[in-house]
Amino acid sequence: MKKLLAAFIGTMALATAPVALSAEATKELKMAYDADPVTLDIHEQLSGGILQLSHMSFDPLVRWTQELDFEPRLAESWTRVDDKTMRFKLREGVKFHSGNELTAKDVKFTYDRLKESQDFKAIFKPFSGINIIDDYTFELVTSEPFPLLLNTATYIFPLDSEFYSGETEDGKMKGAILKHGNSFASDNLSGTGPYRVTSRQQGVRMEFERFANYWDEESPGNVKKIVLTPIKENNTRVSALLSGGVDFIAPVPPTDLDRIKRDKNSDLVTMSGTRIIMFHMNQDRVEAFKNPKVRQAVAYAINQEGIAAKIMKGFATPAAQLSPAGYQGYNESLKPRYDVKKAQELMKEAGYEDGFTITMMAPNNRYVNDDKIAQAAAAMLARINIKVDLKTLPKAQYWPEFDNRSGDMMLIGWHADTEDSANFYEFLTFCTEAGSGAGQYNAGNYCNPEIDALVAKANVETDIEKRTAMLQEVEQRLYDDAAFVPLHWQDLAWASKKNVKIEPILNVMNFPYLGDLIVE
Amino acid sequence: MFVISVIAFAIQDGLGDPLQEMVGMSVSMEEREALREELGLNDPMVVQYLRFAGKAIQGDLGNSYFYGKPTLTVIAEHLPATLELVIGASLIIMLLSVPIGVYAAIRPQAWLAKFFMGVSTVGISIPVFLTAIVLIQIYSIGITVEWFPADTGWGQWLNGALSTEGGMPSYGRGDDLTHLFGTWYSGFFTELGLMHLVLPCVSLASIMLPLFIRLIRAEMMEVLQSDYIRYARAKGLSSARINFLHALKNTMLPVITVGGVQVGVMVAYTILTETVFQWPGVGLMFLEAITRSDIPLIVAYLMVVGLIFVITNTLVDLVYGLVNPTVKLTGKKA
Repeated sequence: MKKLLAAFIGTMALATAPVALSAEATKELKMAYDADPVTLDIHEQLSGGILQLSHMSFDPLVRWTQELDFEPRLAESWTRVDDKTMRFKLREGVKFHSGNELTAKDVKFTYDRLKESQDFKAIFKPFSGINIIDDYTFELVTSEPFPLLLNTATYIFPLDSEFYSGETEDGKMKGAILKHGNSFASDNLSGTGPYRVTSRQQGVRMEFERFANYWDEESPGNVKKIVLTPIKENNTRVSALLSGGVDFIAPVPPTDLDRIKRDKNSDLVTMSGTRIIMFHMNQDRVEAFKNPKVRQAVAYAINQEGIAAKIMKGFATPAAQLSPAGYQGYNESLKPRYDVKKAQELMKEAGYEDGFTITMMAPNNRYVNDDKIAQAAAAMLARINIKVDLKTLPKAQYWPEFDNRSGDMMLIGWHADTEDSANFYEFLTFCTEAGSGAGQYNAGNYCNPEIDALVAKANVETDIEKRTAMLQEVEQRLYDDAAFVPLHWQDLAWASKKNVKIEPILNVMNFPYLGDLIVE
Repeated sequence: MFVISVIAFAIQDGLGDPLQEMVGMSVSMEEREALREELGLNDPMVVQYLRFAGKAIQGDLGNSYFYGKPTLTVIAEHLPATLELVIGASLIIMLLSVPIGVYAAIRPQAWLAKFFMGVSTVGISIPVFLTAIVLIQIYSIGITVEWFPADTGWGQWLNGALSTEGGMPSYGRGDDLTHLFGTWYSGFFTELGLMHLVLPCVSLASIMLPLFIRLIRAEMMEVLQSDYIRYARAKGLSSARINFLHALKNTMLPVITVGGVQVGVMVAYTILTETVFQWPGVGLMFLEAITRSDIPLIVAYLMVVGLIFVITNTLVDLVYGLVNPTVKLTGKKA
């Protein structure tokens, strides 16, 4: 009888077990991005592709929702202990792909590794340490009060410390971060995420399989297998979707938006992005740009709405500031100020009625239509008698020129890694200071210590309302001063077959949460 | 090979900074400088070249920045895909150009021959990526024609006849590859693999096919004028025997010479075809290496392609001797 009962319970357990492990995960998804992740080591490089991989095979402590709020993931809850300390409670019973269980020591391991990573250490600079309280509780400590602690926590994807510790057979450290050459971590991975990597041929294809012991049993995702093929050529990527070769593609080139909209088997999702495209006006190279009136004249002469409508085909949101809507610094009152008459008057007032000649540089394969945008801007400046000598370069050659600030006006696109306004100012408008990294991409050499001080103050202000007011003031003052010429925020676009419901899993950061994807 | 390596090395300065692809935007100048030093990018060109050459002599062409693996391994992984593409395209060219060329030479006045020559003139001037895009649109995506009134019988028929279903794979090599040896996974042995080969091979063949048709036609016409063919005719041999045994043999001599050179050119053309079809071969790999300034990989690719040219040309010379016994390779006294 006992045996029979045991057998009965056994079969019950067998019958119910698969149900608990998201029994619906049966679908296969074929997708094509423009590139595949360069490595499996998520701390080797800070790039969109790597973050997309991070969200597939790992989970962050917290993540962004579509409305730019925080959603608890591996951190179940958090409380502020004091100005500089935040205490996190870790989710219990979370398993890594290797079978190890997630504890606070994995978080510490990850934190230490991030502090060493060349690409990530800048983001984690404000942090001074991590305290493990018990297996499921830890505290993050910053050296100053830090309002962006949670923003930064979205970058903490706990790694399996046991898996990445020790040495490989040929005596190399498993945890080493290697920028060039292969390391253990760049070929092997163990995270807590919804997908395990089952095979990978770099640049050709990558296969993922849903992790059977994935902790998030409430996740609606029902995709069992994902095949990622990088397709670099825009036209081929779109063709692959239209011909039914793949189910999901990103990015969608602006020239093909209509083609996909017309196709009755495909869905298109677009969103206003957070990457600002802008011009710097170099004051060290051009004497006239030292005069705020001339800078304003340039800002008045550029027709952002025209560029967004004609060149970007509506695939961009015209900008008058750096912060996109939803960011704390976003100042609603700032609108694009295109007015040629006003621009001409300003030039006259500044004494440059007859204009002058400048050089302009832009990449031609980095941002959407970057070279055409530069051509249009050059034509617009001709109307206020600024003659532009334009040079466009492939990105690999453009960035060294940019680092040397060798053009009078230079184009750059910037996405704030922290999803916060201050990041824009720190890199793009701060007074350049070698060593600290401040103003590293400020190719205009614009320098206003008052604004920098205000941003610095906002960076230690943990009261959100006060901080918002400060950052909006910064945005206003940069606008009044015409410190640069903002153009637009590049939109994002994804496309899929009708049965692949991508809309709920997309966000402006462009990390699709594929774990939650539903395929009908 | 030495010259290729020097030239490849000399152009690297124009390719830009490989670091941009390796680090994020917010990495500080100091970190970059340290990494540059580590990679030896700060040394003078001559020092860099000597270091490269020293290793190259031992068969080590360095590590790719992007793949983090020895460049030769990376190329070995990508080469089979390209070779299959070239083999497929060569097969198409051989199977089509010989009969069409011979036919056009024998019956230069026939309307079919004129049609072939017309098409080949057009074909030779259409760039390969355009052919590829058109092929994808017609055979992968499919087109729906609604030019003719659908309510009439003939209109419907014409619409149907001109519309295509699509469905041919438009990218990559498919999932169903057969492992031959080493890094060679072949698409020749499965239906899916062959399906994936069709469009890329056809578009690659499309640039060379017209050239060969015209070449064969011209050579054949010349041979047909020669004395020994006339004698053969006079002797009363059947025209099939004359055309395909005696005439074709001499026609093929220059064709083989040109063909050998063209195989090398075709490897170069695969860059375009592979880009459009996302074919994971060396052409695509090379193009991406250029955009990433992956200098070791670029140098290694150029050297491998140089080697392929040398090998094909040698093979052509050997084959030449087999086809035309009057050519003596050993150089012994006549």
